[in-house]
Amino acid sequence: MSAEKFQNPVVRWIDHRLPIFSMLDHEKYDYPVPKNLNYMWNFGVLAGLSLAIMIITGIVLAMSYTAHVDYAFEAVERIMRDVNHGWMIRYIHMNAASFFFIVVYIHIFRGLYYGSYKAPRELLWILGVVIFLLMMATAFMGYVLPWGQMSFWGATVITNLFSAIPVVGDSIVTLLWGGFSVDNPTLNRFFSLHYLMPFVIAGVVVLHIIALHRFGSNNPIGIDASGPQDTISFHPYYTMKDMVGIAVFLLLLAIAVFFFPNAMGHPDNYIPANPLQTPAHIVPEWYFLPFYAILRAVPDKLGGVLLMFGAIAVLFVLPWLDRSPVRSARFRPLFRIFFWLLLIDAVALGYLGGKPAEGIYVVLSRIATAWYFLHFLVILPLLSVFETTKPLPKSISEPVLSRSKSANAPLGAGLEPAE
Amino acid sequence: MIRYLIVFALSLFLIGPALAAGGAVELTKRDWSFNGPFGTFDKAAMQRGFQVYREVCAGCHSMKYIAFRNFADLGYNESEIKALAAEYEVEDGPNDDGEMFIRAGIPADRMPSPYPNDNAARAGNGGALPPDLSLIAKARANGPDYLYSLLVGYKDAPSDTSVPDGMYYNNAYSGNLIAMPQPLYGDDVTYADGTTASIEVMSADLTQFLMWAAEPKLEARKRIGVAVVFFLSVFVILSILAKRRVWADVH
Ligand code: HEC
Ligand code: HEM
Repeated sequence: MSAEKFQNPVVRWIDHRLPIFSMLDHEKYDYPVPKNLNYMWNFGVLAGLSLAIMIITGIVLAMSYTAHVDYAFEAVERIMRDVNHGWMIRYIHMNAASFFFIVVYIHIFRGLYYGSYKAPRELLWILGVVIFLLMMATAFMGYVLPWGQMSFWGATVITNLFSAIPVVGDSIVTLLWGGFSVDNPTLNRFFSLHYLMPFVIAGVVVLHIIALHRFGSNNPIGIDASGPQDTISFHPYYTMKDMVGIAVFLLLLAIAVFFFPNAMGHPDNYIPANPLQTPAHIVPEWYFLPFYAILRAVPDKLGGVLLMFGAIAVLFVLPWLDRSPVRSARFRPLFRIFFWLLLIDAVALGYLGGKPAEGIYVVLSRIATAWYFLHFLVILPLLSVFETTKPLPKSISEPVLSRSKSANAPLGAGLEPAE
Repeated sequence: MIRYLIVFALSLFLIGPALAAGGAVELTKRDWSFNGPFGTFDKAAMQRGFQVYREVCAGCHSMKYIAFRNFADLGYNESEIKALAAEYEVEDGPNDDGEMFIRAGIPADRMPSPYPNDNAARAGNGGALPPDLSLIAKARANGPDYLYSLLVGYKDAPSDTSVPDGMYYNNAYSGNLIAMPQPLYGDDVTYADGTTASIEVMSADLTQFLMWAAEPKLEARKRIGVAVVFFLSVFVILSILAKRRVWADVH
């Protein structure tokens, strides 16, 4: 790789010894990207942006935060009242966490729909699930830090789950707590880990992207690019397309931060933690609700915990559960129906997770939980065998061309596969 | 996928509130001046609300996170705040002799609490703890409407409900039995600006004051928000135009 292409002598001097500019240049211009990516492909970049926002606002918050049970709640109030623009930093951190999960959930369902988890992207997918797990751990520990009622009781309920593990369960819980209940040592270790984990995530994201760049992005049609006529350079095409997504994302985030900053939070977390007073309903953050519903759907504690982790475990082995050679749901009429059912099921689980575990809600949670596992463990393997898929186009360019020909057709007509 | 996803998200948006609705108590919904993207506090109402807090609620409820200097937000000037703070007694120390001492308040002090600790507060209120009010407007669902409804919500209990000793019947409180005796009856205070101190007016004034106490940066937040949203909307439009331009030659 020659450094000649750079005009600036300083850049050239550095690049000759440390070829970072060549690397960036390579990513920008030489990395071929399918030319038919739709806006669903914005969400990876948006996830990265969310992570960056979380790390930056988090570091600023940590400058004024105190991890001690007697001062944590007060420290957060000081940030809200006395630190210059502290309220803004905190509201961004709070709301961007929710947006991060929205983005990653869309990112995951995008992968499910277009079969991005299939060969040769299995490891890329698995690294994604690892990121998702780490995100959940990070968000959970972050929610404990303001030391409000939900912080405390959420932490108590969730950490207690580990006691269901046979033999070592109680020791694990004691280790998490640093004592015999959620208390000051718990808060301290959670703060320490909450600070560390985002950087671990950043590391896994690097691996995720290395794996992505090995075979490049999948695309809405799900067939590999057959040559240069199917691809375009990342810059300026996808940088500009990502810019649109980033602008819309920031706009929505700003609307939440400045006009509805507490809409996705729970009012009880503005009450200081009180170990002697249990709130009427203990609910985790909204993004954990589907898993919380699965946990409570099982009458047995250990069974609930196993199923909850199982819900994520099935994602790890998904590439081997769905063996259909066709990636994109566009060519899989039955899979497509089940995909939307799964999305409805996931949202239903989220709704049920926020309801008290009684009466009809328990019954519905069980049905929805059963459907979730049925989808991955039974339906997908069966579909891989019995589904008749539609014929695939010969190349990415083919339907893209036919789409531009039918430009006058009604909205979306061109999205159908060309046959 | 995108089209269906949008339809899906919209339908969630529409049925979501229907599913979430159906709470146990009816709240009076009011059109607060601080609602909406351009909302601001009503300074006169906040000053009156503060007066009601001082003269009625402060006997039982603390507001620990509020310092006297914060009252500048209510429209008081520096000397008024100094005078206000000086009306309170604050414990300070230890002095050079190692003794704690009592002095007049200064603007940097936080508002003193009526009870030295929670146990004393409980002991003084038949076992119930009057919560700190600094954050109460954010610590309850639909805070402002709830506070208003709670304060005007004392009614005679329906004949089929028995009210135990030390409990009072309230429409807005969940479970309807609250340990706080009705604090406002009308004309509990005399407003300096001549406003009639009806129970509704006092409750609304208190709500303005308590909302400010919970979210003192609300006005700045909305002001900055309007500018940011305007800027980002322009950014969205420009990026769409730029993207179209760049993509014009891709087929
Ligand atoms: C005689 C003492 C007393 C006075 C005066 C008083 N309160 Fe209370 N307040 C209480 C007690 C005790 C509770 C706790 C009630 C319970 O737990 O059932 C309470 C609870 C509350 C609550 C919380 C209700 C909830 O949702 O949990 C609010 C809000 C409140 N008071 C506002 C006020 C306001 C505003 C005033 C002044 C107009 C006031 N109080 C005056 C004793 C008092
Ligand atoms: C911190 C969180 C994450 C970040 C920053 C991130 C980042 C990215 C980026 C930048 C891409 C490029 C392609 C695109 O824009 O879509 C990508 C692709 C991908 N990601 Fe992620 N990701 C995250 C989480 C996840 C998770 C949780 C999963 C799945 C469980 C996942 C699965 C995938 C897959 C399968 C691809 C390839 C997509 C394709 O080419 O079709 N990612 N990721």
